[in-house]
Parts: sequence; C-alpha cells; structure tokens
Amino acid sequence: MLQENVADLSKYVEPDRVRREVYTDAQIYELEMQRIHEKVWIYCGHESQVPQPGDYYTVQIGRQPMVMVRGKDRKVHVLYNRCPHRGNMICGDRHGSAGEFFRCSYHAWTFHHDGKLRSIPMMDSGYQGTRWGRDNPDCNMKPAARVAAYRGFVFASLVADGPDLVEFLGRSKIAFDDICDRSPEGEVEVVPNCFRVVQRSNWKIFLENQLDALHPSVTHQSTGRAAREVEIEIEKRTGHAPLSYHMLSAFATVTIDKWDAFQTLNYPYGHCILTGYMGLRPKDPDTLEYERVLAKAYGEKRKEEILSTNIHHVLIYPGLSVQSPLQQLRAVRPLGVDKTLTEIWHFRLKGAPEPIYRRALAYYNLVNSPSTMINADDLENFWKCHSGLASNGGDWVSFHRHYGRDLEKGGVVETGPNMGTSEAPMRNQMKAWAQYMTAEK
Amino acid sequence: MATKSKAKKKSPVKTVRRDRAPARVKSAVQRPNGRDTQHAVEQFLYRQAEILDGKRWQDYIDLFAEDGVYWMPPDPSHTTWDGMPAIFAEDRNLMTVRMKRVLHPDAWSQRPLWGTNHVVGNVVIEKESPNGDVVARSRFHMLELRRDDIRHFAGRYVHHLRKTRDGFRIKLQRVDMTNAQAAYDYVLQVWV
Ligand code: FES
Ligand SMILES: [Fe+2]
Repeated sequence: MLQENVADLSKYVEPDRVRREVYTDAQIYELEMQRIHEKVWIYCGHESQVPQPGDYYTVQIGRQPMVMVRGKDRKVHVLYNRCPHRGNMICGDRHGSAGEFFRCSYHAWTFHHDGKLRSIPMMDSGYQGTRWGRDNPDCNMKPAARVAAYRGFVFASLVADGPDLVEFLGRSKIAFDDICDRSPEGEVEVVPNCFRVVQRSNWKIFLENQLDALHPSVTHQSTGRAAREVEIEIEKRTGHAPLSYHMLSAFATVTIDKWDAFQTLNYPYGHCILTGYMGLRPKDPDTLEYERVLAKAYGEKRKEEILSTNIHHVLIYPGLSVQSPLQQLRAVRPLGVDKTLTEIWHFRLKGAPEPIYRRALAYYNLVNSPSTMINADDLENFWKCHSGLASNGGDWVSFHRHYGRDLEKGGVVETGPNMGTSEAPMRNQMKAWAQYMTAEK
Repeated sequence: MATKSKAKKKSPVKTVRRDRAPARVKSAVQRPNGRDTQHAVEQFLYRQAEILDGKRWQDYIDLFAEDGVYWMPPDPSHTTWDGMPAIFAEDRNLMTVRMKRVLHPDAWSQRPLWGTNHVVGNVVIEKESPNGDVVARSRFHMLELRRDDIRHFAGRYVHHLRKTRDGFRIKLQRVDMTNAQAAYDYVLQVWV
C-alpha cells in the first residue's frame, strides 16, 4: 500500500511550518487526492451551465473524470464519466448536450441522465444467463456518492459520509450569499465562458497565495504602477478614468502597510476569508442607479447590509477561490504534484443594471483572463516556489508571520488588529490538511 | 495608392489574375485598387509582425488609430468585444498599461529570456471602401520561447484599417486564435 511508503504525515506539519515534501512528493500528492479531494465537497459548476435536460459539463474531482448533467427531472446529477461495459469515457467533449440519453461511442450502451442503464444492444440474446443486465446496479454509470447545491452552486463528494455541504461550508458560504444577494433577484447566471490557465506548481501554492495580503504590492508592483501612470494621465485629460484602472493600480497604491489593515478570518476545514474592499462602491450614476434597484428589491436597511459586506476573497478549501463582490471564482483542479489547472468563471447578477455587469467583467478580462497582467507575475512566483521547494536547499516552509498573535474565538481564528498580512490563512489551511491526511487509519 | 477619382467609380475594373480562383473575383469587385492595396496591406501586416517580434511596444501601439482596439475573443462566434468576455479588448490606454508593465524592471515574469516569431500570410482583402479604408484577413503562426519552453499560437487576423496620410492605422484588429479555447500553459503577456 501507498501509505506504508510514506512516513508519518503528522510529522510534516507543525503549527508554524511545513515540510517541503508536502508540496513536491508525488506519493503524498496521491494520498492527498485519496484523502482530501476525492472525499470532501468539491465545486463542480453552476446550475446555469446546464440549463436544459441532457446538457453536461465534464469536471475533474481529484483524479476522477466526472460529468455534471441536467436530468429530465430538472435535477443536476454528477456521474463518473465512465461506461460500465468496458470503461470508455461517455463524454469526450468538455461540455455539450447528451440529448435524450447518453450513448457510449464504443458499443452503444445507453444511459439515462441519472446514469441508470437504458439499453444494451441485443441485451436479451447477449446477456441472458450472465450476471450482467438491467437489474445489476453495476450496469449503471456510477453517480457521485453525494451531490448538493448551495444557491445554485453545485458540489459533489465522492464518499457517503462526512459533513453535509452546508456544514462543510460553514461561514465560507457567505461567498455565495454575497454573490447572489448583490442581485436584486437573489440569483446569478453564469457568463458562458471559462478561462482555463495551467500553473506549473502544486495546488496548495495557489491556495496559499490567494489570501497572502503581503504579496500584491511586491508581486504586482509593475502592473499597479503602470496602471496608475495611465490612470493619472487619463484623469488629467478627461477628468475621470474608468474604474478598471483603479482595479489594477490598487495593486501598487495599496502599499504593504495598508494591506495590514485588512483582516483574515480562518475557519474549520481550512476555509478563509480576506476582508478588504477594493473601492467598488463609488458614487457614480451607475452605482447609484444600482443601489436604487437593490433598495427597491430588499429595502434600504437590507441593501446597506448587502453592499457593505466586506470581502475581498473567500477561499473554500481545497478547491475554490471566490471573489464575491466581483461575482467571479476560480476552481482549482490538481493535474499532478507540480501542475494545477484553474477554471475561471464570471457570473451575471440577474436584474442588476448592465453597467454593474460590465464593471465586474472588466476585472474578469483584465485580471482573470489568459492575458492577465496580474496573475502573470503570480504564476511566475508559483513556478519558482515549486522549483525551489524541490531542492535540498532547506526542509521547511515558513508560516511564522504574526504567529502566536492570532485571536481565536469559537473555532474562528482572526488575525489581530493591523496584522492583515499574517500567515494565519496558510497555517489554517495546513491544519486542515493535516487533519484530513492523518484522519485515516 | 488609392486616389479619389479611382475610388469613386461605381463599377471598378476587375483585376484579373491568372492564379485566382473564380470565387475570389467577387471580392475583386470591391477592390478598386487591386494589386496596390494587396501589396500595401501585406507590407503593413509584415511590418506589424516585425515590430511585435522586435518588442518595439510604442511603435506597435502607434499602428492603432486613436480609437483603435485590439481584440482577441475567446470564441469565434463572438461578434463584438463590447460587454463580452475577452482575452484581450484593449484600446490604446490599456495597451499603454501593458507596455509600461513589461518595461518595468520588476515585471518578474518578463525577466527570463523571452521572444516571439510571427509569420503572417494568406492575406486576403475582404473589402476596400471608396475612402481607402480596408478590411483584410490573414493567417498567422507564432512561436514563443520563454526560458526553455516553446509554445505555438496560430489563427486568423482581421484588420480594419483606416487610410490616413501616414499610411494605414488600425481601427480594429480581431485575433481569432485556433487555440483560444485550449487551456493556457502560463499566460499571454503581450499581444499575439
Ligand atoms: S465500453 Fe461503453 S458500450 Fe462498450
Ligand atoms: Fe497575486
């Protein structure tokens, strides 16, 4: 067995530091897939990606190729993308429509959208007297053990036991509440485009970076400065620069000490929130119009609550990074110990004025598209981190920043006042990692 | 080069070429200047590719009209960049941000050895207006080297060119990459 070859994993993680093999060892990676990704709730997609019966999207959960499909009963199912006959993948495209039913391209077995066997060519003559046939559940496409949705965001877990989705999400479900509540109808729909970018680094390096409030002013200085220069120049010329310049220039104008004013909140199961508002509530006519629409839908008091939700990023461990005020998210799909795919989606607030969609879209295009001037430098760092960790130049990764100064209240670890750049989120993620990895006998 | 009198003609003389398939004759009807335009556009596209590979960012931006846009849709079915997800949808201001970024000494991802090589061909004049503005489509193939990694990008350009006293300026350059929908191994740091 694999686990016998790996030393006691509890020795790899200490509260303030982690051994480098956690990021680079291929056997540990396999165990992570078994013990974390193929067990916990993993984000599959949004219900609006599969509006019609038969619509499907393929999705990787751990090492398992899965398919999310809308059934005739309107339910969203998540199935292993595998034919029970000889193992052929049923859906070869990334997404599409299966039509009335799935049909295997190899020997034409067909399946209902919930995975149940529909027909086998010459079933009677071919299978009479064998143990293979309609009554045998092994002849169905296997479903994920558990599927659940929270406000339209679909998750699946490949094991039957464990916390249910809402319990698992805990306070991190605010990511989806914040996205949806910003719509006057309380709902979003997906913008039909997925940007997919591969990182040559371990999946955890990306997650740790998402709430690393120290890095932006260093890593993204070049883009922040460049955007600021052009922003000033446009302001001089026209009196007003579009908000998208501010979204970029903030990476330079918010200096390290200012990032410390932000706060991180760290929850069970490794989830974390980074607070900090990127100035998305200006007083221009578009925003005021949007506020009027929201007030009409929710009332003045609730509108204020919704718009003052103070979130920059929500990280739902181990596979999702959500920027709820901008209605976008990045799903993390590990492809190997040193290779990670991010799938990046944007959502439209139903019923909100068009300019509000466009404002968030500008961020999606500028920061999250494959031409990103921001993530370009992140990915460079991730690759360098992974390469450095693969060396014998040191055994430990340090998470000491503001260690020992966190405040714990009822299972929630908050960074202390003016310690927003604390490495508490990394410590929290690795704590969850160690719990998952050592829970097994 | 185009002259006003020529451009005004209602039914311009067809330029007949021996190597042209019959289907092409129709587009020749819309091209008052035929061979001259073809040559001028080809030279423009080749120079643009040369400027890009030469990392002459400001010269590249200056090929665009004041209201010019560089657009790379993620999907060939898109008909506008306005309000749509886009890999690039940049006016001269945003292009200037991009230029300033790559020139900044702390653009970490720019530090490694990095270069591109574009080949542009299959240039077809789709439309030439009486005022000399041109719509041209072409194909490109680009090889990029970064550290020890080679990537290939290929696809189609559509240039909407405005005729000015100083030659063509780009009103809109649409870039449909054949690999637009593929997963990106790393990102695109500058225009393709
Ligand atoms: S493998 Fe699917 S029908 Fe044979
Ligand atoms: Fe970053």
